[in-house]
Amino acid sequence: MFVAWRDMRFARGRFTLMTLVVVLLMLLVGLISGLTEGLARSSTSAVTGLPVDHLTLAAPSDGEDAAFERSMLSREQAHEWSRATGVERAAPFGVGTARAELDGHAARISVFGVAASGEPGGSLIPGGQPVARGAAVLSTGAAEELDAGPGDVLTLPGHSLRVRAVAGTDSYSHAPVVWLALPDWRELAGGAQGAGYATALALDTTADADLAATDARLGTTTIARDDARHAVSSFDAENSSLQAMRGLLLAISALVTGAFFAVWTIQRSTDIAVLKALGAATGYLVRDALAQACAVLVAGIAAGSALAVATGAAVSGVVPFALDAGTLLAPATAMLVLGLLGASLAVRRVTAIDPLTALGSAR
Amino acid sequence: MTLSLHDVTLTYPDGDSRLTALDNVSLDVPAGSVTGVVGPSGSGKSSLLAVAATLITPDSGEVTVDGTATSGMDRAARAALRRRDLGIVFQQPNLLPSLTAVEQLEVMARISGRRRPSDRSRAERLLAAVGLADQAHRKPQQLSGGQRQRVAIARALLNDPAVLLVDEPTSALDRDRGAAIVDLLVTLTRQRSTATVLVTHDHEYLSEVDHIVEMIDGRLGTRQPIG
Repeated sequence: MFVAWRDMRFARGRFTLMTLVVVLLMLLVGLISGLTEGLARSSTSAVTGLPVDHLTLAAPSDGEDAAFERSMLSREQAHEWSRATGVERAAPFGVGTARAELDGHAARISVFGVAASGEPGGSLIPGGQPVARGAAVLSTGAAEELDAGPGDVLTLPGHSLRVRAVAGTDSYSHAPVVWLALPDWRELAGGAQGAGYATALALDTTADADLAATDARLGTTTIARDDARHAVSSFDAENSSLQAMRGLLLAISALVTGAFFAVWTIQRSTDIAVLKALGAATGYLVRDALAQACAVLVAGIAAGSALAVATGAAVSGVVPFALDAGTLLAPATAMLVLGLLGASLAVRRVTAIDPLTALGSAR
Repeated sequence: MTLSLHDVTLTYPDGDSRLTALDNVSLDVPAGSVTGVVGPSGSGKSSLLAVAATLITPDSGEVTVDGTATSGMDRAARAALRRRDLGIVFQQPNLLPSLTAVEQLEVMARISGRRRPSDRSRAERLLAAVGLADQAHRKPQQLSGGQRQRVAIARALLNDPAVLLVDEPTSALDRDRGAAIVDLLVTLTRQRSTATVLVTHDHEYLSEVDHIVEMIDGRLGTRQPIG
């Protein structure tokens, strides 16, 4: 980087400007990544956080995907699943939405009915909290929106539930979760969805479980827990829009980096011709040029990431935003790789510069 | 001979025909001597230098640098030869604007793929040899035309080349500075035993060179021994 580093100091204005562009692009990518992850968690964390490995839903009609909103299982299906080979636990649970009120506070909540204390299936509530009929466990989001705490009485359409505890941060379909006993959920959901046993089953399985065969036999569809977010309505539409925006920004960053280094290479083509005439190998010059691109990208991506994390921390209570190292690492790496790809295409011009032009050049 | 051109012919495309820039040119330049190449514009002086510098491959003939025949060499091998055995001083200094005077020399060590702690001190000694010890940390735009050309000469010598090719180094300088540059080249040639080719159109600077050859229409004319 002998020449590269000195060129960058010499043309610091141009390189600072380019680095700032990368900072802004990475800031945007980081914010969209945080928003994507935040919205995904707000939409699906209640199901993706269940302490099981698979989820079973009713088999979809032809041409449709499995969805919690269209799923309803019978008691027989749940019973057969609990007896299937390789299934250690098949905990039924119900999913729905409702409006909850408490002392003048009202909130749209997601209602998760789970096995009550003493019923088979075990607790699915964060921290293994038990729930009995007539009681509810609130996520922190629900507790904050309703200003509720243990002992308060919550009103849902046709039901009054006493708050037993506040546990977890789960939400579903962008509404905080309230956990209640499955029979209470059935009564609550009965009006809208008809009488059913449960929306889905939460499975703990072993390696010898033949999930496909059991699905075929019982008319269900079983998915890995980590894929369950795709069974939440609106998740894919929301997520794909944001992913498209992020992909577009990454492509723009590659184009901008490539365009900058294309112009930069043209501007220094005389210097490159001189170095070639003096005996510099083309590989040395290409490495030197790519080192400049790498320095600009790494500095810009690091600063942009730091800004995105800081901005995310500032807005995390206002908008659904979740940005951690894992969420940031993939887009940052993609931006670096695509930026270097763009720069590589641009600095290919180095190979075409004829050292003979140095004989007639004036510098 | 340290630099030898034997029956070198070079042509360029010129519409439907070809223009002959060098016509069966043969030239031998021994170590420790300066050969001046003179001739009118368009006579082939720069083509001769470009062929000797391995920047152009001739149509026929052979160029030998310090015993190494260059015909058949690929681009990478020619670049390696230039790094190792050839020093080139351009008509204009062609210094890199981002580097100081001493760094202009150090870059030669970098492109040679060798980095030694002594590179800096060696570059400073060479700058001192061309009278620029106190200008080592100035950038090209802070140096005069003559000083820039001296830096270019020092740069060409950093890798101890066997052959020094100099293309009209005085064209942008006044008479006194031009004479000083030619004196410097002759002195360094003697000290370092390089085979130096000095292309110029200024006959007045040639009193100190060992041989003069004249190019006319791509051919080498009579050689004039210098007394």
